[in-house]
Amino acid sequence: MMQTGLDLCELRVTHNGATVAALHTTIAPGEVLVVMGPSGSGKSTLLAGIIGSLPAGFHAAGRVILNGRDVSHLPTAQRRIGILFQDDLLFSHLSVAQNLGFGLAENAGSRAQRRHLIEEALVDAGLAGFGPRDPATLSGGQRARVALMRTLLAGPQALLLDEPFSKLDLALRDQIRTFVLTRARSLGLPVILVTHDPNDAAAAGGRIVLPDGSTP
Amino acid sequence: MISPSGWIARAFSPWATGWNSPPDVLILNDPGGWALILGLVAKEVPFLLLMTLAALPQTDAARRLTVAASLGYGRVWGFVLTVLPPLYRQLRLPVYAVLTYAMTAVDMAAILGPSLPPTLSVQITHWMMDPGLTQRSTAAAGAIVQLLAVLAALVAWHGAERLAKTALVLGSGCGWRMTEADSPLRGIAIGAGCVLAGLLIAGLAGLALWSLAGLWPFPNALPSQISLNTWARAAPELYGTGAVTLTIAALATGGSLILVLACLEAEHRYDLHPKAGALWLLYLPLLVPQIAFLPGLQMLALHLGTPGAALWAVAATHAVFVLPYVFLSLGPAYRAWDSRIAVVGATLGASPARVFWRLRMPMLLPAILTAAALGLAVSVAQYLPTLLIGGGRVETLTTEAVALSSGGNRRIIGAYGLLQMLLPAAGFALAIGVPRLIFAGRRGMLQASG
Repeated sequence: MMQTGLDLCELRVTHNGATVAALHTTIAPGEVLVVMGPSGSGKSTLLAGIIGSLPAGFHAAGRVILNGRDVSHLPTAQRRIGILFQDDLLFSHLSVAQNLGFGLAENAGSRAQRRHLIEEALVDAGLAGFGPRDPATLSGGQRARVALMRTLLAGPQALLLDEPFSKLDLALRDQIRTFVLTRARSLGLPVILVTHDPNDAAAAGGRIVLPDGSTP
Repeated sequence: MISPSGWIARAFSPWATGWNSPPDVLILNDPGGWALILGLVAKEVPFLLLMTLAALPQTDAARRLTVAASLGYGRVWGFVLTVLPPLYRQLRLPVYAVLTYAMTAVDMAAILGPSLPPTLSVQITHWMMDPGLTQRSTAAAGAIVQLLAVLAALVAWHGAERLAKTALVLGSGCGWRMTEADSPLRGIAIGAGCVLAGLLIAGLAGLALWSLAGLWPFPNALPSQISLNTWARAAPELYGTGAVTLTIAALATGGSLILVLACLEAEHRYDLHPKAGALWLLYLPLLVPQIAFLPGLQMLALHLGTPGAALWAVAATHAVFVLPYVFLSLGPAYRAWDSRIAVVGATLGASPARVFWRLRMPMLLPAILTAAALGLAVSVAQYLPTLLIGGGRVETLTTEAVALSSGGNRRIIGAYGLLQMLLPAAGFALAIGVPRLIFAGRRGMLQASG
């Protein structure tokens, strides 16, 4: 498969005819594009447009091309774009390992292989032995790491980050941000990071755009 | 309990009243209807309480009360001003349903209400069940009168709501804090609550005791013999009737649950937002007197029906009344579920069906079970639909209990009444217990279920 990154061709999200967000750019594999802007400026709507989960009344025009594959009209489940929200949104009825298992594709191998992949992901996240734990008993930083590993186990070809660090303590924020960005880069994922925190933008070290596509 | 030979009379006899035989006073079926009023209050308070408990989390009550208290308002007055308005908005439809039920109930009125003349609903049912078909048109006319009476009552109640709202708005502008009213009001509230709970518990205990009683002469407070004779004798019938009741309830609740879940899932997937009008439509079967539209369903059942299908027909009719309750109980929890979880599931590659079965269903299990228990309770309590649609061939605990109540065999009535109460109670116990068992190691789930 060609690793050409995430192409947003004339992507425009409108609400009752008015443009909410617009972007025309290519994010190369391993690149982090930062979308800055105050709350209510259409950042999250832009991401919803990219993964295809826009609420009623919103409309997306243009094309989303992922590694040469046009995903614009595919349902969210088939786009293979991972997303992390402000909240970790771990499934509260499942254990940590079951949460990770939900991300694994059905054809990820035998039962033993799946278990091995999950255990590997836990070790990678510094959470060895946390598999049977109740997500509610984890700290904020641990939950954030489980959420990322769950997303990565699904094998996404791009990663969207919707202010995923903004609810973490200041001390944790740097650590988790490094954790997430390092892994995304090493997997060669094109990343869009939506934030209003200048520190996020600085740490990403890439291009910065506004939700309407202009540069600040 | 309150009948002339009931516990209150027994407790005060003979030392206080000097009665050695039950007084010849008409307490049940009193012409003023006081026994009926009391009975309806006792029956509807648990329902409204349940509805209130379901609605309370959506009103942000704790924080509203804290704000009110920090502004110096007394607890009760603060509650009235800040929590009651949003709470009542949620309760309005259930309250209307209670008002309608109270005006149109047949089973309660037949047991407790005045008999000469009976309440309109009972009279209409008599006409309806009359073997001579000529009475049918009288019954139809009666049903229209009843419908108009209920509409008038609803309009009057709505007017009272308006007045109360105006008064509250005026009151909140006065600056009264009413802190000194707290302790007496709290006392009154606790007292009223205890009396009501006591009445309910004593009523249940009375039923239980009667079902176990051997010889129980007046004015002894307790029966002289306790035995399982009644239960043993009635067991085959109780078992059969109980099984029929449960089957009908399970069919009606299961069907309603499937329809409601499909409805709510469609709402979610296609991003639909039903308006208030749709909610009213849903509530229509509860607001229109049953006697006014059941005959239509009865005709339908007669046209379609073979005798063997009576059970199904009754279950389908129950579903008409069960569905609104299941919908109202499940809807808010379903819509409150964080839809970003579905988005996360989808980005992980899960199809909408997988998100529904693997994420939404288990996470909403407590709410679904509560809705099912409520549906079960509603179905078990249906009297008129069972009687009319079943055409007397389908006997449930409720129709049997009402039929027996005129016979005066308190022991059998006790057994039926008890079972009729125990079925819904067991349902609610399961609805609370099962999620606790399944999600024992999942704090996030147990908090969510309250």
